[in-house]
Amino acid sequence: MIYVVIHLKQLRKVLLSLLILSFSLSANERYPGGQHTHQKKLNRFSFSQPSPALSMEKKLDFKVGKAIFEKIWVFAPSSTTASDGLGPLYNARSCVRCHKGNGRGMLEGNNSSSPALFLRLSISPTTHKHRALLASGKVGFIPEPNYGKQLQTFAYPGGKSEGELEVNYSSILVGLLGGEVIEIKKPTYKINKLGYGPMHQNLLFSPRIAPPVIGLGLLEAIDEKDILSLTDPEDLDADGISGKANIVWDEINKESKLGRFGWKAGTPSLEQQNNAALSGDLGISSWLFPQHAGECTENQNDCLKQKHGNKRRDKPNVDRLEAPKVMTDLLLYYTRNIALAPTRNYDSPDRNKGKQLFNKAGCHKCHRPSFTTASNAEQGSLSNQTIWPYSDLLLHDMGQGLADGRPEFLANGKEWRTPPLWGIGLTKMVSGNTFYLHDGRARNLLEAILWHGGEAEASKQMIIEMTSEQRQQLIIFLESL
Amino acid sequence: MQLISTLKPILGIVAAGTMLSACNSLSNSETQKKIEVTSLSVIDTYIQIAETNYQDSLSTAQALDKAVDAFLNAPTEATLTLTKQAWVAARAPYQQTEVYRFGNESVDNWEGKVNAWPLDEGLIDYVDANYGTESDENPFYNANIISNPTPTIGGKIIDAKSISKAFLSETLHEIDEVESNVATGYHVVEFLLWGQDLNGTNPGSGNRPATDDSLTDCTGGNCDRRRDYLKSATSLLVDDLQDMANSWKEEGESRLALQAKGDKGGLETILTGMGSLAYGELAGERIKLGLMLHDPEEEHDCFSDNTHWSHYYDAKGIKNIYLGEYKTSQGNLFTGLSLSDLVKQAQPELDAEMKAKLSTTESAMQLMVDQASEGNTFDVLIGEGNEQGNQIIRDIVNALVDQAKTTEKIIHTLALANIELEGSDSLDNPKSVLE
Repeated sequence: MIYVVIHLKQLRKVLLSLLILSFSLSANERYPGGQHTHQKKLNRFSFSQPSPALSMEKKLDFKVGKAIFEKIWVFAPSSTTASDGLGPLYNARSCVRCHKGNGRGMLEGNNSSSPALFLRLSISPTTHKHRALLASGKVGFIPEPNYGKQLQTFAYPGGKSEGELEVNYSSILVGLLGGEVIEIKKPTYKINKLGYGPMHQNLLFSPRIAPPVIGLGLLEAIDEKDILSLTDPEDLDADGISGKANIVWDEINKESKLGRFGWKAGTPSLEQQNNAALSGDLGISSWLFPQHAGECTENQNDCLKQKHGNKRRDKPNVDRLEAPKVMTDLLLYYTRNIALAPTRNYDSPDRNKGKQLFNKAGCHKCHRPSFTTASNAEQGSLSNQTIWPYSDLLLHDMGQGLADGRPEFLANGKEWRTPPLWGIGLTKMVSGNTFYLHDGRARNLLEAILWHGGEAEASKQMIIEMTSEQRQQLIIFLESL
Repeated sequence: MQLISTLKPILGIVAAGTMLSACNSLSNSETQKKIEVTSLSVIDTYIQIAETNYQDSLSTAQALDKAVDAFLNAPTEATLTLTKQAWVAARAPYQQTEVYRFGNESVDNWEGKVNAWPLDEGLIDYVDANYGTESDENPFYNANIISNPTPTIGGKIIDAKSISKAFLSETLHEIDEVESNVATGYHVVEFLLWGQDLNGTNPGSGNRPATDDSLTDCTGGNCDRRRDYLKSATSLLVDDLQDMANSWKEEGESRLALQAKGDKGGLETILTGMGSLAYGELAGERIKLGLMLHDPEEEHDCFSDNTHWSHYYDAKGIKNIYLGEYKTSQGNLFTGLSLSDLVKQAQPELDAEMKAKLSTTESAMQLMVDQASEGNTFDVLIGEGNEQGNQIIRDIVNALVDQAKTTEKIIHTLALANIELEGSDSLDNPKSVLE
């Protein structure tokens, strides 16, 4: 008896050390944001938590930044000088209106305008000047002459909005192995009530839904070299996957740079992304985009003449902007330090099988599981983090079904940036509903997979040919992220 | 006079000690060291302070209601001033109860009726042209119920012919599920007494004339309806405070809910309130945000320019429940076995640290209150370029954060968990606080 007891003890030791070993090898994926993973209860605030790596003082800055993200802007002039300057044309009055709970944008109603979904606008180049501009790399596209870079569906009091977006869907049936048939919905877009004359005959447009705003500081902290090393634009390794870097214009440093943010990776940094959104979506001026009239074009005269919030500050030592630097700094701090939620069901056998299937189907070639962020003291706690975004941040041809036909810098009309998958399993909990892909057309993860084409066609076919149980395991894996 | 007789200790063993310590001042009693302070006795004191403090809030609101009657009976600048003074006096005990809001679900659910803020005041009455005329977030942004007995909003006709308590609480409050449609509570009464503060970060509060409520020399139009609104809102406030005072009495909902949480759960509730109010709410949302943006819109009691007292009494409420004491508006002192006693028993130096932090906060708050008495109210102190004023407010933020850090240490020392100080994460891993 004694003999057995000793053996059991030894066995336990061995098992324990094995456990520790396996934990240290793979434990990181439990914490997809590294140190920037929170341990809070999972609920609709799961994408609104500060990184646990912040001190209490810094968390207060985070909280103030959050309040700015949620601030509802008003038209100028008003007695609330710190909150005025909205528009004149805009898509929403606050950041949080479209990024509800920092999650994915939601479509509202059947086919009416949802603020979280808007159209980016441009025209194909018609003149030498256009072509020279595009070749310079300083612009990603030529804006529509009357309407500018995006369709703003709201306007100042008494003013005309640019139009209303109407979305209609038609059904496509996709058969899966085993006889199951899935209906996916293909959207078509129409702009009604055009406020500023007809659109240019060479109009290009691209519908975009608000993406989740989690872990952005970590994505920014990945060394550029690590992303560029994954590119294979000519598919020299002949695996069917290209991986192309979008090289875009850095408005801050006035140079060409790797694009990381946006559905086509058209923006190089979070600061530029935030300020561009303030300008385009809300019509709020900042140090980077000081035009008080936001996105009014030179052909929108009344819009340009509207009162604004820029010159309301009479103190000489403060910048005369609608969103002063102190405000956009706080917004940057907030958006950089939103924590990731921990991975769920990490040890479940179904999840593990799902992950194997994910790799077997080759999904991981674009949805690259992990990076380690750069070692850079300036980035503080964002440095040296092993993170699990499931994206390579590169452009891939996704086929005709998803194509928008609208180039943006080096991205052509079929190419999209691999969107990170982290947090995707919490979409419903945070946002209350699920609308996936760049225009929210997919109502669930399986529909989103079935829309994949182009470089992802082979992977999609493999998933179509899986057993129903395997597909379920794959979804369980995705929902654990 | 001391309210010792209301103290009903639950444990027999503690009973004698509790009475004894209550008879002496808490800090210097030699006998106190020998008393075993239990969580239960601390929770009991917390409950009794709630009962006393809400009762006090009720009494001062009843005094406000009487002042409103006198004002409406003879609307002069003199009676208006007396009513405003009654409102300010009613805020002092109420703000001290705010520490009960975090952690006590029944209080948090009820609170929106009496203290909701910020509000779109255009819902209620006339506003300055700069307020703007519409909001895509709130169709009732400019409904002006006082001048519109049957407004049509979003295709719906609202029956506002009679402005009654029922209309305000059941129809108008948070109408269309918009949170800023605040139709009831202290801040509504405040707006009806003071009017909008149009001075920005310059000195001065709202400037509503007494004739706005005059039946003979009416200014602002629809004075009869404005009078109905003021009276209904004030007596509704009294009703709501009566509910909450009852809720903390024997067999009251809030008291039972807290007792049902048990020893640990009760202490967690107390510390949640202390930490969340000091850190996320007061330091963050109510003070630092306004300071960094120099934004008078972030002022809590903006119509009356009473924000300094609002913050001061919030902080005092935290101190009250740590020290187990409450001084009523009449000057009566209640004391009982406190969280401070419990912490002292576990780790005397930590108790000393917490007391020091609370006192630093109080001094910082006092500086702000002193400035306000010289005309430099909160909105002036946070103004752009007012370096000296900004520093006074910054010191308050720092003191509150510091105090919250010690609160976290206490949570760790008492081996409590499940606490979220709003905006703070470190509690999920209590070890990290001490690193």
